[in-house]
Amino acid sequence: MRLHNESDRVKREVLARVARALFAEKPEALDRIPLQMRPKGQPFSRCCLYKDRAALRYRVMAALGFRGEDETDELRPLAAYAAAVPTRTRNPEPFISILTEGCSACLESQTTVTNLCRSCLARPCVGNCPKQAVHVKNGRAEIDRERCVNCGLCAKACAFHAIVQVPLACADACPVDAVGKTADGLVAIDHGKCIRCGRCQAACPFGAIMACSQMADVILKIKRGRRVIALPAPALAGIFPNDPAKLTGALLKLGFAAVYDVAAGADETARREAAELTERLRAGAAFMTTSCCPAWAETVRRHLPGLAGYVSHTPSPMRLAAEMARADHPDAVLVFIGPCAAKRTEATFYGDPDHVLTAEELGAMLIAADIDVDACDPAAPTRAGSRAGLRFAVSGGVAAAVGAHLPDSGAPKPYVISGLSPKTIRLLATFAKTGKAPGQLVEVMCCEGGCAAGPCSFEEPARAAARITAQAAG
Amino acid sequence: MLHLQICQGTTCYVMGAAQLASLAAQLPEDLRGRVRVTGCRCLGLCRDGAFGGAPYVTIDGEVLAAATIDSILAALRARLQEAHP
Repeated sequence: MRLHNESDRVKREVLARVARALFAEKPEALDRIPLQMRPKGQPFSRCCLYKDRAALRYRVMAALGFRGEDETDELRPLAAYAAAVPTRTRNPEPFISILTEGCSACLESQTTVTNLCRSCLARPCVGNCPKQAVHVKNGRAEIDRERCVNCGLCAKACAFHAIVQVPLACADACPVDAVGKTADGLVAIDHGKCIRCGRCQAACPFGAIMACSQMADVILKIKRGRRVIALPAPALAGIFPNDPAKLTGALLKLGFAAVYDVAAGADETARREAAELTERLRAGAAFMTTSCCPAWAETVRRHLPGLAGYVSHTPSPMRLAAEMARADHPDAVLVFIGPCAAKRTEATFYGDPDHVLTAEELGAMLIAADIDVDACDPAAPTRAGSRAGLRFAVSGGVAAAVGAHLPDSGAPKPYVISGLSPKTIRLLATFAKTGKAPGQLVEVMCCEGGCAAGPCSFEEPARAAARITAQAAG
Repeated sequence: MLHLQICQGTTCYVMGAAQLASLAAQLPEDLRGRVRVTGCRCLGLCRDGAFGGAPYVTIDGEVLAAATIDSILAALRARLQEAHP
């Protein structure tokens, strides 16, 4: 469950205010955003009003697609950054930007004994520690930092809840150990290990891990009269509480020239992947994994090179939907929209679509333009997907869609990995090592539950998935 | 019975109303049977740059801005307290 979270609200308000300034062609308004959001005499959330405003300034920079790390002049007006957006020819990659002013330099994740410890007779903390790291000294359990591996068994065993595991939100959220610390204790991301999943960003309670948005590029291209085409992901149909036809209408009202549903690309992905799987099995392969999840593609590239030969070569629904739109409109600006962080990296890598927006950024644009989706006229996309294509957004849906193109008898068995974690990544590594998997078609989704649970969303994952499942059932 | 209306307009939904919807199913015991929770279409309170105050809810017509589960529960309890001290 995604709980209400003030950090998310601040992030979305910044995006909406930036979008409003750009739609109104008033870039000078950007420099006022930190002051408007933290006016004199009002409560503030950090040590003082001025630090809040400094942090907001960097949030505006990220919303415009610039990394605070690259700042050379602290007095450069935000309006000057906005003026530089149209000259940008590449999307920011890596897109993660650290808000140093925001990072609270939280303690490393550790297991700690509190003063609730009663130095009991049973001492399960001592007895259950696999590393002999717990000892009782001076009437209280103590943990030897050198030996402790932070497994938490002592905390689970304690009858008094006297031992706690203090988490480090950002690093604990990372499935590939890419989030660490600088010498000053601030968050540092190893971009060589990072799979772009966006979990650290969603997890940080200080909102100190930000993404450089491409929203400004999209708005300015719409404003300058370019033909900008929206490619909404199937997950959006679950994230917005509205009739999907009204969401299509809202995209057109926002200034997109046409809408090509990524679900249409998903249908094509399923068709091709079924053919590819049949071909590979005939050639003697033991299994094939899906290729549509970009964080999974990055995981293979950066951590599981032994599995590279097993990953399908079929392009993702995003790329195939982009191909359809590109064939009809060679000069258009193509914009994928979904709850995924990693799609940015996939689009940058392949060069098409031109931009990637998140569900939150689309939400911010609708807010800025005073568009209520429910009040929009329903519209049909230029290319629509089938129900099977829609189900790509929920775990198991890709395997089911591919399976529908395979013969009923003797069909390859699917095996679904719903959520990348250290545990499932270790499991996948054994598939590479042994050349065997529990199914012939291994569907891998980085986000637990599938894209409906993507990190750049404002909806609770279970509700988004339920809406998609209901729509797919008709 | 108090009437809590949670705005389901796009602005409020994006700004946090999606997380308020669980209130309908999970009202604390002291409020059960004393509050009716419904969603409603866009109340129009977010227009003209007032989106900073979203999500908006109303309690018997009175507007509560930047609503959170905590602030809603506090407002509901304060009203019930006023009615039956």
